[in-house]
Amino acid sequence: MAEYISKIQEISKKILQDGKVDIVIGFSDGSLPMASRPCFIKSPEDTGKLIFDGNCGINLANYLTGKKEKIGIIAKGCDSRNIAQLIVENKIKREQLFIIGVPCFKMIDKRKTSLLFEEEITQVTESDDKIIVKGKNKEKTFNREDMLQENCITCMHRNPVIYDELAGELIKESDQKAEYEDVKKIEAMSSEDRWNHFSEMLSACVRCYACRDACPLCYCPTCFVDESSPQWVGKSADNQIDVKTFHILRAFHCAGRCTDCGACEKACPMGIKVRKFTRKLNSDAMRHYEWEAGLTTDKRPLLDNFRVNDYQDFIK
Amino acid sequence: MKLVSINKEDFYAGAEKLYNSYKLYIPVKQEDNSYAFKNSDKIDINNLTFLNTRLSPKSLVFPQTEKMFSYTTDTNSEDCNIIKPINKENLKQAILGIRPCDSASFGIVEKNFDTEEYKDPFWINSYKATTFIGLACDNPDSTCFCTTANSGPFDEKGLDILLITSGDSFIGKILTKKGEEAAKIAGWTTEAPADSVSAIEKQKKEAESKISSSISTDKIKDKDTLELYNASFWEEEAFACINCGTCAYVCPTCWCFDIQDEISDKKGIRMRNWDSCMFPLFTLHGSGHNPRDLKYQRARQRFMHKLKYYQDKYQSGIQCVGCGRCIRLCPVNIDIRRICDIMNS
Ligand code: SF4
Ligand code: SF4
Ligand code: SF4
Ligand code: SF4
Repeated sequence: MAEYISKIQEISKKILQDGKVDIVIGFSDGSLPMASRPCFIKSPEDTGKLIFDGNCGINLANYLTGKKEKIGIIAKGCDSRNIAQLIVENKIKREQLFIIGVPCFKMIDKRKTSLLFEEEITQVTESDDKIIVKGKNKEKTFNREDMLQENCITCMHRNPVIYDELAGELIKESDQKAEYEDVKKIEAMSSEDRWNHFSEMLSACVRCYACRDACPLCYCPTCFVDESSPQWVGKSADNQIDVKTFHILRAFHCAGRCTDCGACEKACPMGIKVRKFTRKLNSDAMRHYEWEAGLTTDKRPLLDNFRVNDYQDFIK
Repeated sequence: MKLVSINKEDFYAGAEKLYNSYKLYIPVKQEDNSYAFKNSDKIDINNLTFLNTRLSPKSLVFPQTEKMFSYTTDTNSEDCNIIKPINKENLKQAILGIRPCDSASFGIVEKNFDTEEYKDPFWINSYKATTFIGLACDNPDSTCFCTTANSGPFDEKGLDILLITSGDSFIGKILTKKGEEAAKIAGWTTEAPADSVSAIEKQKKEAESKISSSISTDKIKDKDTLELYNASFWEEEAFACINCGTCAYVCPTCWCFDIQDEISDKKGIRMRNWDSCMFPLFTLHGSGHNPRDLKYQRARQRFMHKLKYYQDKYQSGIQCVGCGRCIRLCPVNIDIRRICDIMNS
């Protein structure tokens, strides 16, 4: 990890000095254990502030839309896929970017760790395969593998898909196939059970829309839930139909675009597993069209592209 | 002020009695180990070491959605297009186990909802109908900075009774008339031993010394508003902010709301919902112009309001009780303590 950090700092310094970019977007140290803060660096002298560790799960591609300057950006596998996606969707130009690729060692799930540790966490240190968690009264060592974000467990693309320079050696990707067991489980439910399952899951939603705001795909200037003339979706916290409308429609807007980076779930203050919706669409995209989002900038997005041999069985 | 001793049995029995006389809210442990205020009497002493609830209890007085008026647009009705208040019955409610920072927050919010000029009947009636039975904090979190933000782990502001843990019993400090009434209903009447006062004082000092974080706001007060507003650090400090509004929704002292009409068929409801200065819609004009068009401008508003404008307007400290929720739940680690330091330097 330390090598990553020095390499990230070194590359950032160089590209700023050489005037290749105006700013570098990366992560700086957080004020709490298991937190990091996205930041931008303007001056080569400040590149020492850049860090990288298992708490950098926020997707930095989210900070690119509409930017005019030349940008250096730190990109894990999923960030790079969202960057590719944004390039294809004309939200940023490839020429504007200098992508510092970081082959990803998977991100730590803060909630899972807090749940297992049970008291306030005051310090967390990570090594390649362990994390040591300290509280006021105890210390515990966990296998890093058991503490990962759910999306990272099934991640198939830890290596950045596009980059200008790497901050570490490319790693061997998982050879498991994407099975979507979680999706299959929900698909197997009766429609009534499924409705209840989602109703229960969403009952705690406070409609802050942090899930949307953390998502690099959700760049609409005005989200459909915020539209006020005409107003498409009611705004009260009481109306569960409106809450469901938001979640289901948002997921559909991400169909064929979602990289399963997990930023939505990470951002939700209520710990709601919003990825359940996007995972279903990712699984369909894979099953019917052998499509995974953001792997290349050469292809049009799944849903603005028609092929005669496309899966059509759902058209009845 | 009266001190009562409440042993474990009295406590449980009291909770049950309170439940029968009030709409009682208690902190309940959720599946993911977080806590939420729920209407129940199944309070568990072992769970009372909880730090604080994930969401503040503000919604019990100021619900996220308050239905205020109803109307019909049916031209056949003689009430067509007449807006009528929805008369809400404010049942007596009690919050048992509220932390001192959260009860202090109501005093701050009151400055907005109950003024000489404006009286907000929804908030005032609901607040008046509520009895606050607080629980002193013996083990504050490292993100709690209440002692430098209007409150403290044994603060009594806004409380009717303060419960102080003493082994597996409690000492109850009865602070108001409402508190007396609740204690009577709960059957908490056994006078506490004479040395309790000094014991509480000692416990209080200990708890206060455990507060490990603090803020300073003294210089902010004297700074020129426009200078602070135009300061160069905002863009950098607010860069990470995704304007998700989580901080405002979880905050006990954020009070902003938005009024909306919702019509289904011909029946309409006028309601108010929580809002947040972090949202672009908050300031969007009908013309399409938005005076706070950029993300950092919205983030700046939140901190300027809490730490500067509120101080200037009411001359009574900042609009924050140091509960630390916004720090713990911000997805990108925007830390009000850090921002405050920069503003104050
Ligand atoms: S989804 Fe993959 S690339 Fe993204 S953080 Fe997780 S392991 Fe890394
Ligand atoms: S972040 Fe969580 S609480 Fe907020 S809208 Fe999304 S699911 Fe609901
Ligand atoms: S400060 Fe944090 S919690 Fe508040 S709106 Fe910004 S990102 Fe969301
Ligand atoms: S601003 Fe943050 S610390 Fe202060 S009262 Fe609100 S949530 Fe608590």
